[in-house]
Amino acid sequence: MATTLSRPRILPSGDSAITVEFSSKIDDAANQRVLALDRAMAKDHVAGVTETVPTYRSLLVHYDPALIDFDRLGQRLIELAELPLVPTTNKRRWRIPVVYGGEHGMDLEDVAKVINTTPEDIVARHVRGEYRVAMIGFTPGWSYLSGLEQSLHMPRRQNPRLLTPAGTISIGGVQTGVQCLAGPSGWHLLGQTAVRTYQLHRQPTFLLEPGDEVTFSAVDAKTYAEQDRAAQAGELVAELIVS
Amino acid sequence: MSKLIVSVIGPVSSVQDGGRHGAQRYGLAPSGAMDRLALAAANALVGNASLAAAIEIGPFGASFAARDGAVRVGLAGAARKADISGRAIPWDCSMTLSEGETLNLGFARSGSFSYLAIDGGIAGEPIFGSLAVNSRAGLGSPYPRPLQAGDELNAIAPATGIAERRIELPVSGELPIRVVLGPQDDEFSKDSIELFLQSEWKVSATSDRMGYRLEGPVIGHLHGHNIVSDGTVNGSIQVPGNGAPIVLMPDRGTTGGYPKLATVISADLGRIAQFQPGKVFRFKAVSMAEAQGEALKFMKLMGTLPDRLRTIENLHLNIEALGDANVAGAAVSAVDAATWHSSPSADAPARQGEIT
Repeated sequence: MATTLSRPRILPSGDSAITVEFSSKIDDAANQRVLALDRAMAKDHVAGVTETVPTYRSLLVHYDPALIDFDRLGQRLIELAELPLVPTTNKRRWRIPVVYGGEHGMDLEDVAKVINTTPEDIVARHVRGEYRVAMIGFTPGWSYLSGLEQSLHMPRRQNPRLLTPAGTISIGGVQTGVQCLAGPSGWHLLGQTAVRTYQLHRQPTFLLEPGDEVTFSAVDAKTYAEQDRAAQAGELVAELIVS
Repeated sequence: MSKLIVSVIGPVSSVQDGGRHGAQRYGLAPSGAMDRLALAAANALVGNASLAAAIEIGPFGASFAARDGAVRVGLAGAARKADISGRAIPWDCSMTLSEGETLNLGFARSGSFSYLAIDGGIAGEPIFGSLAVNSRAGLGSPYPRPLQAGDELNAIAPATGIAERRIELPVSGELPIRVVLGPQDDEFSKDSIELFLQSEWKVSATSDRMGYRLEGPVIGHLHGHNIVSDGTVNGSIQVPGNGAPIVLMPDRGTTGGYPKLATVISADLGRIAQFQPGKVFRFKAVSMAEAQGEALKFMKLMGTLPDRLRTIENLHLNIEALGDANVAGAAVSAVDAATWHSSPSADAPARQGEIT
């Protein structure tokens, strides 16, 4: 008989949302359970649930307290979270082209210096990684990926930048990320992609889903410029390898 | 179709509705009205759906002109001195602008946000089911940004021409802002939580549609101020490293990496949104049962606003009453023009302590 999994914490986020917390750390096993509960919620259609937001370690569940109260929904969420994990059937893997270094990734050389190697070696390490979208948040399309190799783990910058370019590919802590819109960031900028993870009037508006797998490929600045024009015109540019 | 032309408008004024739901999992904030009850009241006055799109007007004055026909408007939220081409009109009422007439609104006398609903609704192209402006994401319709002078807002349908109406809303007075502790209250000592609940707080002038920064005692953390980012809601009270709490508002980041001590109950979100910078207030912790009971009462109030409409029998009497009220409310607003941001600048999230 399948054993049930450990019980998550049911935390109140006001009167209309529950945080289901599996861990207080960035933890791959916890993230797998978050995504599994998110899938279960999508399948189960618990009455009153209006929206779910998966993150590294918790699932935020928005609900209508007129349709279900905190205690009943909390109980239901625990039941669903304790079910054995079902492997996903439709795994999507994207390949995202990146131009590394120079004006596109202004921290590449510094990152290389910090770990005593060459910029080329940093690119090689970043490109060989197999990543998974652990969560999307902060601003539209900002995708946080797990799976960064340990040699590239490093603290965020002492002084966060107030403006970093759209399409920035960066590393921070134990994560790497694909940033869609220009905005502030305390991460180390390695490169830039033409891929828009969020683009209005394009199908799909949001390219990546939590749980999708991602790899990167290095391209030169000329290819990036071409891809950027194509993306501007509404092409995905990212390549779907497995669906 | 008839339309309103924006003649004069201040910062933080934009088209807002019930918000954009279902895409927070992709990092898209819900946006929507800062004060849903006031939005719903403005809409009720002109017979629109409760959370239909209306103009959310920030603390400063504004003027709108009717073109291509009459435009009937509903006015609610933070009260202002108002006139139509020089004729004083009361607040919390519907009024009709004839073709060519101008509606002039003064400073918000109490509160920060007023709502102007157009009879028949504002024409626009919904994105994720909403016209609400989210400037950071470049979303919103008919303009994906705060309003500017010269903008045109088309009515979907002609004005109905029925009798003008006023609406009577319950007054909440000086009650504390109620919160439910959590989700990360265990990141704070009992003393820190007591300090949060027992102290007087002020809304800082650096507040905006993303969050209200609070001024008061420094709230210390038990285990440092960094947590692994998790989801936020409207009303999340996060405490960054400097110990100054921030109440997250509808344009918030969808995830945040600071511990959240408590969450404002949904029935009080519009009340705190209306607090002007410098306003002194307190928090009060309530049980989940009480918070959900208040949420249901608030929904009931939202749903029964049409029952609170009264036909305006004698406009002149109402204006005299309003004149008296104006004397009491004539104090200059404490809002400082320089601190309200019309569009999010690159450092807006940094101000909110939300560097990813």
